[in-house]
Amino acid sequence: MKTYYLIFVVLTSTPVNSVLAENTVIDTLLQLYASQGAAAADAEQGQFLWQKSYQANGEFVERRCASCHTEKLTAPGKHIKTSKLIEPMAPSVNPQRLTDQKKIEKWFKRNCKWTMGRECTAQEKADLLLYINK
Amino acid sequence: MKNALAISAVIFTIGFVTIPVVWSDDDYYWRGMDEYRHRSTGVDTVSSTAYREECGSCHMAYSPGLLPSSSWMKLMSGLDDHFGDNAELDAETGKSITGLLMTYSADRSDYRRARKFNSSIQHNDAPIRISQTPYFMHEHDEIPDRMVTGNPDVKSFSHCNACHIRAEQGSFNEHDIRIPGYGQWDD
Repeated sequence: MKTYYLIFVVLTSTPVNSVLAENTVIDTLLQLYASQGAAAADAEQGQFLWQKSYQANGEFVERRCASCHTEKLTAPGKHIKTSKLIEPMAPSVNPQRLTDQKKIEKWFKRNCKWTMGRECTAQEKADLLLYINK
Repeated sequence: MKNALAISAVIFTIGFVTIPVVWSDDDYYWRGMDEYRHRSTGVDTVSSTAYREECGSCHMAYSPGLLPSSSWMKLMSGLDDHFGDNAELDAETGKSITGLLMTYSADRSDYRRARKFNSSIQHNDAPIRISQTPYFMHEHDEIPDRMVTGNPDVKSFSHCNACHIRAEQGSFNEHDIRIPGYGQWDD
């Protein structure tokens, strides 16, 4: 009986903990973006941004989030240049996603600059964050 | 009889000296001999999680021993255009990664292959592409294009681990080469 209880505790506690941690990070960031002028985050707008194409100079003329991450957030992606596997973005299939504030900000900075040629605004980041988390 | 004994002694001695060289991993044999004491084959790998994460998210985490410190300095000062990608780091992380690169760079490494990379590069030169260092080019000059750039499973010389199956462990030994679609490579 004790063993079953232990298995039950182990199986239930891990997902609950990670969900809680993840929500805290997302809430903190959404509050931060709001303080930087973002209105309420909109997941649909986030999806629109995710799928939008941008023109760039250089090796890859047309750039989108999906260039590396693919359209589907639940599917693994592939780096457009190196072909290295990129784990799925959706926390529903990859619980490690959106759990580290510093990491989120780092990749927003790099990938917005590469894809759009500039940093994302607080509003764009809020929308994308909500879309990815959905 | 005396001659036979002397000959056996000579053969025995030769065997005793050469067998460890032929059979053993040469690192092991040389270890303990003063001049080679710290010298290992291959290149050093960096076990730091930060290094693996910051330098290994988009491509294989290349060992610092594959380029000299002057090359790494140049590369680290241009991360906003890192071979066409943006790989910017915050100041603090950038500093710690640079520190690791400096510590294990080819010109400061005791690993034999790292030394070879370093000695092939002219002193005033600081190439930032490993595949453009003279040692790299010399080592790969006999490999036909169809096996690398024309090979859909390899595509580029930058993908070390596509053929060097232990590249991420710092070994570029000939016995650890399997070219996708072609198998082992004999020099």
